[in-house]
Amino acid sequence: MSVLLEARNIGKSFGGVQALKDVSLAIAAGEIYGLIGPNGAGKTTFFNVLTGLYPKDGGEVIFNGAPLPLGSPHEVTRAGIARTFQNIRLFANMTALENVMVGRHARTKVGVGGAVLRFSRAREEEAAIRRRAGELLYYVGIADHARKLARNLPYGDQRRLEIARALATEPKLLALDEPAAGMNATETAELKTLIEGIRADGVTVLLIEHDVKLVMGLCDRVAVLDYGEKIAEDVADVVKRDPKVIEAYLGA
Amino acid sequence: MNPRHRAFVGTALIAVALAMLPLVVGGALGNTWVRVLDYALLYIILALGLNIVVGFAGLLDLGYIAFYAVGAYLYALLASPHFGLHWPAWAILPLGALVAGFFGVLLGAPTLRLRGDYLAIVTLGFGEIIRIFLNNLNTPVNITNGPQGIARIDPISVAGHPLSKPIEVFGVTLSGVMLYYYLFVLLAIAIVFVGIRLQDSRIGRAWVAIREDEIAAKACGIDTRNVKLLAFAMGASFGGVAGGLFAGFQEFVSPESFGLLESVMVLCMVVLGGMGHIPGVILGGLLLTLLPEAFRYGAGPVQQALFGKVLLDPESLRMLLFGIALILVMLYRPAGLWPEARHRRELSGK
Repeated sequence: MSVLLEARNIGKSFGGVQALKDVSLAIAAGEIYGLIGPNGAGKTTFFNVLTGLYPKDGGEVIFNGAPLPLGSPHEVTRAGIARTFQNIRLFANMTALENVMVGRHARTKVGVGGAVLRFSRAREEEAAIRRRAGELLYYVGIADHARKLARNLPYGDQRRLEIARALATEPKLLALDEPAAGMNATETAELKTLIEGIRADGVTVLLIEHDVKLVMGLCDRVAVLDYGEKIAEDVADVVKRDPKVIEAYLGA
Repeated sequence: MNPRHRAFVGTALIAVALAMLPLVVGGALGNTWVRVLDYALLYIILALGLNIVVGFAGLLDLGYIAFYAVGAYLYALLASPHFGLHWPAWAILPLGALVAGFFGVLLGAPTLRLRGDYLAIVTLGFGEIIRIFLNNLNTPVNITNGPQGIARIDPISVAGHPLSKPIEVFGVTLSGVMLYYYLFVLLAIAIVFVGIRLQDSRIGRAWVAIREDEIAAKACGIDTRNVKLLAFAMGASFGGVAGGLFAGFQEFVSPESFGLLESVMVLCMVVLGGMGHIPGVILGGLLLTLLPEAFRYGAGPVQQALFGKVLLDPESLRMLLFGIALILVMLYRPAGLWPEARHRRELSGK
């Protein structure tokens, strides 16, 4: 298996708090990779550094054979990493369809001139954006909600919409930040099916999750963060029995 | 009638109504009111420009009138005896759009990280800086002629005919203000067209995405810096065109036309009409220009008829009623008089 993403010695501190200490990990193309850890372990910070929202203090990330432009979120997205957010961040006053259409921004080109004059190329691109967005809504199972405002969608469907929007950017790696948070057992099971489907369609998945059962059932490999350090990385069954992991979760 | 026919007939009716309006208004109320209509159209163009920045991209700009000033002074300097230049309007207006757009980027670049109140304060300062520059750039080299302003500006000419001169068509005399009306209507329609096309495009969606959630917009691959600067530049360029029209129409500009109150007025039109909704913004621009004028001319005679004498000075009454109207709208229609009918669209299921 080829390595899709390799993070080397990522460090990040906020004032005196060292949120990440030399975290290194490698994600293979086509796997579902889990990132777990107790509250405050640095999972979301790692996500934010990886997707360019936080400037890093040290280290580098090689993605798809090239250094990732850390510190610049839109360039990270263009390079092929899409993400969702722990606390859902949708464009609340846009329709579900429009939300996904925004996701096509990075992969489309029409500028002011094209938008105003609507040459045939601009019209075709706009139609393609709309078509693709519709397909993605169908793919995640919320096609019925296309015309509804994002803020009026049920919670679980908002999570799905965020995934559809992220997929619209044509990612090679989809990074999900606690996608099952707040979901009941049925919704979680459906989410699991969706994530497996996404992987089957060729997208590598990086998953932060609190729901240990979901992570263990879904992920090929799991890394565990504690106090900003990686304390374990292996297949789920091994990690589960690692004494350091048990200690981190249950306390000494 | 099929929808296509209906749309065609509707457009034709609106076109006829817009064409007849100055004749009717001029005949019934006199040319003063046609002049008021002209100003209403200028304000509508301004409000549509500001709507791009405030309504679409969600960037609160309190110094928008500065771009109007840039457009107006550019016209004044290039078409008046002040420098002895007499460029044609069709050359100055596009240049005005470009220069104002450049000033838009100039304002936008240092404020990219600011939002809300902080952005409002910086833009407010920017608007004042431009006005103060215009006021003081008469020494050591006289560029703007200071507080006296620039007079005897060339009127806008179309096909060699200055619009300030009346013209006779089929036995009907069209006064100067009416000719300007037709020019302004055409430009306003063009700007509405540009606004609508932008709104329904990749660029328009990116603006709204930034307004809704900037971080999520970045994560969607939107280069928020460039897209915001584009919003500033587009909005400013509309203001620059309106400014050029204003200078040619008035044939006189001075710094006092571009004070903070004007910025606030244009912002009121956008907010009152319905932020981000083009028809609403047009309505806001119309109401806020026409109603105060109606009070100005109507309040005196009405009081005379009711009480036999004028109890309250029409001018102060005008501001009082204006203030009350604003408060009422904010209390009962906080989204504006004619907000975007998102929900209707949602239910129609188109």
